[in-house]
Amino acid sequence: MANQMERYKLYQWIHMVSFAVVDITLYLDTHPEDQEAMAYYNHFKELRMKALKEYECQYGPLTIDTYTAEGKWLWSTQPMPWEGGCF
Amino acid sequence: MWNYEKRLQYPVNITQTNPQIAQVIISQFGGPDGELAASMRYLSQRYTMPYKEAAGVLTDIGTEELAHMEMISAIVYQLTKNLSPEEIKASGFDKYYVDHTLALWPQAAGGIPFNACEFQSKGDPITDLFEDLAAEQKARTTYDNILRLVKDPEVCDPIRFLRQREIVHFQRFGEANRVNCSKPLHSVRAAYHTLYQTTCGGTL
Repeated sequence: MANQMERYKLYQWIHMVSFAVVDITLYLDTHPEDQEAMAYYNHFKELRMKALKEYECQYGPLTIDTYTAEGKWLWSTQPMPWEGGCF
Repeated sequence: MWNYEKRLQYPVNITQTNPQIAQVIISQFGGPDGELAASMRYLSQRYTMPYKEAAGVLTDIGTEELAHMEMISAIVYQLTKNLSPEEIKASGFDKYYVDHTLALWPQAAGGIPFNACEFQSKGDPITDLFEDLAAEQKARTTYDNILRLVKDPEVCDPIRFLRQREIVHFQRFGEANRVNCSKPLHSVRAAYHTLYQTTCGGTL
């Protein structure tokens, strides 16, 4: 149960930092000289990559780029995101 | 080239099925102002967009719309999961069910199939960017209408997220249009000229 809670918190965190990256990317597309926005992008991109890697190590891959295959191929055998539940 | 990320952009966890609501929300999958039309519109327009900033916005917003299409599909899927024949008949979902069972198929709420005529890709940067501004407002209006018709908080939550994104995209397309318009006239003319030469082989 505690493990599920930790997993849920990390999953939520990935949504938050990834959203920050998507949103600031659109802003930077039309404001390519904004240094403050670039610092914001760099900060959240770093947090996102770290969280994706951590999630992959503990629970399975969310992106193919962060996935190191071992034992069973988890990319296609874990639930798909539209299947609901907590994850 | 695209990379799949195995999560929805914003979570969708609907615990109560409701085929009646699903028939309304499916319009944002394959309807006139839906997410499929949105992504195809922007991803088609970007090749002839002469300004790098605007082509970048079209690419990134077009990509985000694919993620929105996935969210809408997840909402419809979860609202119609494991329905009994009685529930299907009682809700009027039988007309969809007979052709598609419980699979996702892009159509408008009224049953009209998805059609590329829902969007334009005109090859003129000003024309295309104004089309995009209008498209974001039309999608926002559709989400407003959905929020008037639907009260289930588990459905309204992701719908509100999608509605909010239409407003942000409208803002970014407006900025892309301003970047175009603020270019010196001779450079706008030169861009049009190059575009005309490459597409028609003639001169303006």
